[in-house]
Amino acid sequence: MSASAAVSGDRRRRVAALIRKETSQIVRDPSSLIIAVILPLTLLFLFGYGVSFDARRIEIGLVIEDPTPETGSFTSSLTSSSLFSTRTARDRRSFENDLVAGHIDGIVVLAAGFSAQAERGDRAPIQVIVDGSDPNKATLVRNYLQGIWANWLEQEAVTRGEHLSVPISVEQRVWFNPEVSSHHYLVPGSIAIILMLIGSLLTALVVAREWERGTMEALLATPVGIGELMAGKLIPYFILGMLTMALATGTALFLFGVPFRGSFAILTLMSAVFLTTALGQGLLISTVTRNQLVAAQATLISAFLPSFFLSGFVFEIAGMPLPLQIVSYAVPARYFVAVLQTLFLAGDVWSVIWPNLAGMSLIAAVYLGLTALTTKTRLD
Amino acid sequence: MSETLVRLEGVSKRFGSAPLAVAEVTTTIVGGGITALAGPDGAGKTTLLRLMLGLLKSDAGKLTVCDLDPISHAHRLREVVAYMPQRFGLYEDLTVFENLRLYADLRGVAEQQRAETFERLLTLTGLAAFQSRLAGALSGGMKQKLGLACALVRAPRLLLLDEPSVGVDPISRRDLWRLIRVLAGEGIGIVWSTAYLDEAERCERVLLMNDGKLMYEGVPSELTKRMAGRTFHVRNAGEQRRAVLAVAAKRTGVIDAVIQGSNVRIVMAEGAATPSPEEFSKDSGVDIVAVSPRFEDAFINLLGSKSPAVSRLARASDNFRTTEPVIVAKDLTRRYGSFTAADRISFSIGKGEIFGLLGPNGAGKSTTFKMLCGLLRPTSGEARVAGLDVVAQTSAARNRLGYMAQKFSLYGDLSARQNLDFFAGVYGLTGAQRHDAVKRVTEAFGLGRYLDTNAGTIPAGYKQRLALACAIMHEPPVLFLDEPTSGVDPLTRREFWAHINALVAGGVTVMVTTHFLDEAEYCDRIALVYRGRVIATGSPDDLKSSVRTQALPDPTLEDAFIALVEADDRTVAA
Repeated sequence: MSASAAVSGDRRRRVAALIRKETSQIVRDPSSLIIAVILPLTLLFLFGYGVSFDARRIEIGLVIEDPTPETGSFTSSLTSSSLFSTRTARDRRSFENDLVAGHIDGIVVLAAGFSAQAERGDRAPIQVIVDGSDPNKATLVRNYLQGIWANWLEQEAVTRGEHLSVPISVEQRVWFNPEVSSHHYLVPGSIAIILMLIGSLLTALVVAREWERGTMEALLATPVGIGELMAGKLIPYFILGMLTMALATGTALFLFGVPFRGSFAILTLMSAVFLTTALGQGLLISTVTRNQLVAAQATLISAFLPSFFLSGFVFEIAGMPLPLQIVSYAVPARYFVAVLQTLFLAGDVWSVIWPNLAGMSLIAAVYLGLTALTTKTRLD
Repeated sequence: MSETLVRLEGVSKRFGSAPLAVAEVTTTIVGGGITALAGPDGAGKTTLLRLMLGLLKSDAGKLTVCDLDPISHAHRLREVVAYMPQRFGLYEDLTVFENLRLYADLRGVAEQQRAETFERLLTLTGLAAFQSRLAGALSGGMKQKLGLACALVRAPRLLLLDEPSVGVDPISRRDLWRLIRVLAGEGIGIVWSTAYLDEAERCERVLLMNDGKLMYEGVPSELTKRMAGRTFHVRNAGEQRRAVLAVAAKRTGVIDAVIQGSNVRIVMAEGAATPSPEEFSKDSGVDIVAVSPRFEDAFINLLGSKSPAVSRLARASDNFRTTEPVIVAKDLTRRYGSFTAADRISFSIGKGEIFGLLGPNGAGKSTTFKMLCGLLRPTSGEARVAGLDVVAQTSAARNRLGYMAQKFSLYGDLSARQNLDFFAGVYGLTGAQRHDAVKRVTEAFGLGRYLDTNAGTIPAGYKQRLALACAIMHEPPVLFLDEPTSGVDPLTRREFWAHINALVAGGVTVMVTTHFLDEAEYCDRIALVYRGRVIATGSPDDLKSSVRTQALPDPTLEDAFIALVEADDRTVAA
């Protein structure tokens, strides 16, 4: 056996020993399993059941300034929709306070001359007032009302037996998520956030724990190298993280009934790359802080919060100010949220997968590289 | 044959803007024996060990270990140097065997040698029967032996031990010492860092450090020899020993004086005249006998002590009866599930008495201590302090006691003055009362210099004074001290006890837990706690004489401790 073969054999054995040690610790110490199993399930239930952007039963104040047969038929098409619960008044001022207070979600004004204008068809004669302080809801209310309006116009035309030229024809077809159920895009998105949190928390905490308990000092005093130490942490937690991913995916498919239209091979590949960025970030945090409490806080602030706010999971990235949009490119969850939503709801869309895979791979490489550079086999 | 294993030339290390942790140390460490790296906490011992291992990088100077540079050849160095850090570096959720196997893998022990190596180490450490026990479930002494076994899985040329005996009871300490002797006999160079000077004295060579500087290097006995003819016992001082101590402290030429049982041990300055018994007491029984010097005497001399510490704490009165019980424990019991941490503990402590609780880790000392201060509720039994039932009248009882915790519960980010103000407030002192109390302790403890400095950054000795000042501001009749002087240098320890003696002379009753058997000698009476029970009570001299045999005509308190615990083990086994 040559000398270099002996060296690489020693190295392999050290990594294997570290992995075996870590695995025993995971199995025996409930805290890792709590992070890998209980925490993701709790978060998934929270996001799946607690958060919903579907505007079921939108409260609408309907203002009819001048009642006519046409306003009557529009009112009935509003009230017959399961989406709205409607109150009527003659003056918009009677609803303004309610809108400000949040008791109603929008005001629809059918101005005097509604019937005449509708007949002439020169311009859209309804006014919709929504509360812009909740842009998601405002957009939703506006879109739903637009749909109802378009339907009503069509109906009117059919009733009169003529073809009506609609100034702007609204024809809604929702692709990929025809039920317009927010579960279907929230649950896959939340998997990205959860995996980010779990992955970075696992590595950050276990390394900090080794510093706190004084075992890191003992490890550093052995011939073990940086690469070996990193591999000894990354490999077991990578496997644990992938199991968490499988658990989360299974929950999404079977409990929340989210469809899956892509391929599992691509999902596995993308999850692996994303998990590596999360583990890498955790390792990087742990090289800076050697205390579990600080490591947990650093993880929440630097991994969880950006993933939550800047990934497009809840808030539309395109709607953010430019500086935040630029920052969002450094958030790995941004790429994975897009990939997950595509794989679950649309399928293997390569034009989405490739750029996002490239983005995540770059971030993973940067984190691991930085960790390797900043970790020393020294205490100072 | 003693090869040179470590060479240091002007090695320095500084952390941030603090003073040098290691200041221009130049020395060599040779193989074939044990080298003690001795000194109080903060002397630079751990830093020096970490520098030798390449775990820290020196700021200046040249350092080679086994002819290797610790930084550029870290990998090769760590194959030939073994290190046991302070907390042993064990994985508590792995078993004894798994820990050994992990370190064998990391240190590259060949497959075919393993069975033999493991067997030898497990036998040597007496852990063979516990291979499948989780390391976290081992006792302190066993953890320490396992830590050692893990460091030794691949026979090193040099073994670095960072304070292996801290927090370990005398029995485990003695076992460890035997183990290390065996290793030294096999030709491994050993560096043993310690704050206990009696341990340093037993090593072949000693590097004595203080404030990052090397104070002495060489054979311990040669340093001790410099003190020949300068150490005496004032014998049979008995009840008057604290008065004798006070006289000795004021006599010119005495550089150190401590109580040892019923004797007072004094150390004279070089060339000072031998004192006569009459100087200390009119009592004819008091005698002066020359005794052999100890390493600690030499260290105190090196530290430049001119005279023993004197407390400026006012003595309220010397007129009180010591028979009046102030602290009473009656059948104090505390159970955790099926485990009995304290089992029917009973004793009574009289006014103005110093009472020591002694025992191995986990024996029930702290449990007993906490029940008496009202920090822990007893399962059954009674605890009375200053006439008050600690359970029924907890807060009234607490107001009558002062408590100083092991790690000085000071707020590091507050100034000394703010700490004093805070504790005065906690004890209900307000307005002029508080102002007076702060002024009184500031003067008595000489804290003026550091009043506006953050407590976290003042020197260790002052920190200890401040902690004591905070504990006694409300002038409590009872004082509880939990391991008050572990890790401090001998001068600071003496100063601390000078204050305690002054308080006791004023009628304060003191209860103290300690690991430090020298410190136990200062106590009037000691209770030895073992497996949750008090197995012996008496004065230090009583305990020593209770184990006197022909083989051991002059037992130390450590001998007594070991003999009593072993006797109890035999009774339980029988």
